[in-house]
Amino acid sequence: MGVLLFLIPTALALGLCGLGAFLWSLRNGQYDDVQGAALRVLSDDDVKP
Amino acid sequence: MAETLDLSVYVKRQDDGTAHLDLAVEGIDCAACIGEIEGGLSDLPGLLSARLNYTTHRLALQWRGDLNPAQVVEELRRLGYRTHPFRARAVEEEEARRAQWLLKCLAVAGFASMNIMLLAVSVWSGNVTDISPETRDFFHWLAALISLPAVAYAGQPFFRSAIGALKKGRTNMDVPITIGIMLALVMSVIETINHAENTYFDSVVMLLFFLLCGRYLDQAMRRRTRAVAGNLASLRAEVAHRLDSAGDATLVPVAALAPGDRVLVRPGERIPVDGIVLSGTSEVDESLVTGETTLRALNDGDAVYAGSLNHAGALTLRVTAAGQGTLLDEVERLLENASAAKSRYRQLADRVARAYAPVVHGAAALTAIVWIATGASVHDAVITAVAVLIITCPCALALAIPVVQVVASGALFRSNVLLNSGDALERLAAVDTVVFDKTGTLTLPEMRVANTGAIRPELLETAARLALSSHHPLAGAAAREARDPRPFEGAVEEPGRGVRAVVNGAEIRLGSPTFCGAEDLAAAMAETDPQASLIAFSRGRERAVLLVRQALRPDAARVVGALQALGLDCRILSGDRPEAVAPVAEALGIETWHGGAKPAGKIAELEHLKAQGRRILMVGDGLNDAPALAAAHISISPITAADLTQAQADAVFLGDRLAPVLDAVRISRRAHALMRQNLMIALVYNLFAVPLAFLGYVTPLVAALAMSGSSSLVTLNALQARGGGTAPKTDPSRQAAPAASALQGA
Repeated sequence: MGVLLFLIPTALALGLCGLGAFLWSLRNGQYDDVQGAALRVLSDDDVKP
Repeated sequence: MAETLDLSVYVKRQDDGTAHLDLAVEGIDCAACIGEIEGGLSDLPGLLSARLNYTTHRLALQWRGDLNPAQVVEELRRLGYRTHPFRARAVEEEEARRAQWLLKCLAVAGFASMNIMLLAVSVWSGNVTDISPETRDFFHWLAALISLPAVAYAGQPFFRSAIGALKKGRTNMDVPITIGIMLALVMSVIETINHAENTYFDSVVMLLFFLLCGRYLDQAMRRRTRAVAGNLASLRAEVAHRLDSAGDATLVPVAALAPGDRVLVRPGERIPVDGIVLSGTSEVDESLVTGETTLRALNDGDAVYAGSLNHAGALTLRVTAAGQGTLLDEVERLLENASAAKSRYRQLADRVARAYAPVVHGAAALTAIVWIATGASVHDAVITAVAVLIITCPCALALAIPVVQVVASGALFRSNVLLNSGDALERLAAVDTVVFDKTGTLTLPEMRVANTGAIRPELLETAARLALSSHHPLAGAAAREARDPRPFEGAVEEPGRGVRAVVNGAEIRLGSPTFCGAEDLAAAMAETDPQASLIAFSRGRERAVLLVRQALRPDAARVVGALQALGLDCRILSGDRPEAVAPVAEALGIETWHGGAKPAGKIAELEHLKAQGRRILMVGDGLNDAPALAAAHISISPITAADLTQAQADAVFLGDRLAPVLDAVRISRRAHALMRQNLMIALVYNLFAVPLAFLGYVTPLVAALAMSGSSSLVTLNALQARGGGTAPKTDPSRQAAPAASALQGA
């Protein structure tokens, strides 16, 4: 059962990472303009010819 | 016009010297628009950022220094986009904050339920194989460690709502939810301390996750409609020519006007505010205010109301009320009474909750008593009672109604109906009488040429293109017939008479019959249709007279017929003269109608109908309809309605057709049937689950399966609410175009 001491904290840490990433993206305004983001990726204005 | 547009009331200045302005943009329909708008503005000096939100069709501008925002508006117009300053209403900002909060709660509940399920499945499989009691206790403690803070955070929406309801001495669905969650948590902690085999941490957190999903979807749907409605409102927001002390006019948004300001209203413009005429004589069309279609002559000292259309001459007004305050006293008073009566309506979900909570808590108490009476230990009895509470915790029940509401409002949205209030669907489904206003509701909000068939198409097209050069309101009706939107070069407008131009060597004229030399023809036409207004047209020696009048919405007769086929009693209640109402009623096959009704008369008629036990759907657009809309069981108004009227309506429909009203009734009836069906599913589920729990067979595994099973069933059933309306049609008329594009983006 020693493996639990290693696996459980890993599982929790991974879950917390996911939660943290989601909350960060929420605060960062990533969900403010969902449709626009899907279209902006198609524009290539930022690519230097 | 070299008049400048002053947008300073909408500009937010920040402490760091930057200024901020939000604009609602019309006509965004493709990905290229983003680059075009943002790129097109990037050259403006001082502009720090211009970012377009494609979802909400709003452009956020930020600049430093003395950039004039009117310059940005002008630049966008050059690019082909109409923009309007936008100020987020407090409600909308509040909802955005709440949506973020719900999303955070949802994320926390999702994280917790995944991790606890990981531990719970291990315990369940360990219990039937070889888990050691120490490992199991360790897992239970871990689950407690995760779930207690998670529930404390993610459960807040329910706890707050439950406490709020209890403080007012009422119960809602959140009360049994909160009690169930609390008891399950406390019991699980005690069981963990006692080294028991089973705990309910997983059930609690999963329950919370499901419920939050429902709440969030509900909220998201409501925000979407509100954002579209907000944009439409700002697209309609009007501007006024404010006169300064030197008599120079500046174009300002109506929101910037204050009582006492002087405002110039040119012929053909809508009067933006309530006011008193200082100088000028004119005639106004007050159909949006009173429903009356004949023009009223104005002189110095007369009062005018916002929303009236100025026909003949320029007027100078002194503002008596602007923005929010624009209203007749009587309308306001009637409105207050009517709205107070409406707030007494109880939602289906609340009624169910009121009956449900005592039954569930009674069942749990009974379980405990019966178990103790049959010789079980207090510990076992309490555990079984709590299991009854958990299994009956109204997960499916709490989802049953909101999920249908979300799906049905989505379907309504596609049918061009925007709901203002959450319980509108339920009330709409119960309707048995439909009362229509005439002007602007059954008829189109603007005038149309009635005798297009009697005039040669080529002649009509020439007249229509010439009408594009005129500012007269009647000419607008003729201009709507133009297929080629380019006005003739060199057209000259003679105020009070008409427009003339020379095309292909021949002089063409459009205007009053005398101006075109068509008095005889006009007199003959006037006899055939005394209600219509006349525009004469001449080209060389050819003469034509256009009859301009309020036209019925293209599908009005079909919709009224379909509503009657659904068993609804259709009536007309109009503020216009009876002679004007009669032909409309006849054309639509409506037997019961009243004309010349004042706002108080409309309410009296509705009260009379209500006293007969009828549930009334009121469809109206005028300011005079506002109290009646509030007094009716449920109300719908077209998007062209007066602001205040729209605010009173439970739903708003877009476009030139009346079909959305029919769709609204159909979809809501279907939704209501599904809500009842879902409640039945939840009830049947409880009928099976409660006896099992009563007998002590409900382990956490059974609880988890039962809850997710019934919730999925209810959600899947709700998806049926998607159909039910007629297929959304693309509206060919120009009127509906901005609405349609605003819809696609939202």
